[in-house]
Amino acid sequence: MEQLNFAYPASRPAGQRAHVGVVGSGDLEILLSPLTGKQAEVVIRTSVDGYGQVWKSVLDRFFTRYDGAALIEINDFGATPGVVALRLAEAVEVSEDESN
Amino acid sequence: MSQTEVLYASTYEAILARQSFIELGARERARALLDVGSFRELLGPFDHLESPWLPLQGIVCQADDGAVIAKGRLDGEPAVVLAIESAFQGGSIGEVSGAKIAATLELVLRECEAGRTVRPVILFETGGVRLQEANLGLAAIAEIQAAIVALRRHVPVVGVIAGMVGCFGGMSLAAALCSYLIITKQGRLGMNGPEVIEQEAGVEELNASDRRLIWSLIGGEQRAATGLVDGLVEDDVAQIAAAVRAAFAQGRPTQARSERVAHYLDLLARVDPAAIDGAAMRQLWNQESL
Repeated sequence: MEQLNFAYPASRPAGQRAHVGVVGSGDLEILLSPLTGKQAEVVIRTSVDGYGQVWKSVLDRFFTRYDGAALIEINDFGATPGVVALRLAEAVEVSEDESN
Repeated sequence: MSQTEVLYASTYEAILARQSFIELGARERARALLDVGSFRELLGPFDHLESPWLPLQGIVCQADDGAVIAKGRLDGEPAVVLAIESAFQGGSIGEVSGAKIAATLELVLRECEAGRTVRPVILFETGGVRLQEANLGLAAIAEIQAAIVALRRHVPVVGVIAGMVGCFGGMSLAAALCSYLIITKQGRLGMNGPEVIEQEAGVEELNASDRRLIWSLIGGEQRAATGLVDGLVEDDVAQIAAAVRAAFAQGRPTQARSERVAHYLDLLARVDPAAIDGAAMRQLWNQESL
């Protein structure tokens, strides 16, 4: 197991908190909670060691579109980069959905 | 259309109209069972009540430890649904997930004793104790079992085994203590899982990859045919939700299955371990008790 931490600049408060996914084989769980300030923090716990650079690439791309100030906690059980990107998009969708 | 075509078309439409319960995660299952709009989660993922033991063994935690505690209503009556997430560590019961379930049942017991009935539903989807947490998980399962026995004197305790993991180990005993058990054809109920039996006793004893054999022994249809569960339903949200409500409407059974000790000892004494199979068990279990 490896823990990774990342930070990205943010320009607006995030929406409401959101929880998606499950810590099951090839999947991951994401908890997104709003933060005060102008920064997004990402805390990853992953079952697969040594993929820090791949995580950074996925997050770099995600944060070209997402600018909310949020704490994003990720519990990963071997999800592929594609699944990670989809779950991140899902978390944002739930967080920004005003009908919830 | 021929008769076969009519039958085929109606079956096809019936299947399409169903909403799978098995495909839902634990949280969605609890939400789907409760009255619309009444779901409220207690000790959810943002409370971060995680296993303290898994990280020490290099295993990633889930923020709710795989147990969803939902408060809401069933037919307008106060209810709790305790749903186990099978995708996380095989639905295994650890110290924290077990304590969440046991503590909820104990709180429901306290409410019932004070004259405020709360309907408890447990969604079993579990391989039993989480081996990484060993005795702490087993202790929690014992507390769950004790709470079910205490609670069923006040209110029916309803268990659902939808599949596809099924219900095994210490939690199969907890399921057997419930007032009513509802199962699907896909569900399985047994003490030792087939893989464990094959590993310990050899493939000659039980071939765990023989699905037809496994389901003929411990599958939902067999368990219903032998009276070890009360309701066999399709994998459909509406059917399962209706079966749960019907169980509460029936009220407490006059005698719990687990109280019929002499009856089951008598049946067990008549089993020939060398010759027992699914069909023989159905025949034996459906005889009138001598």
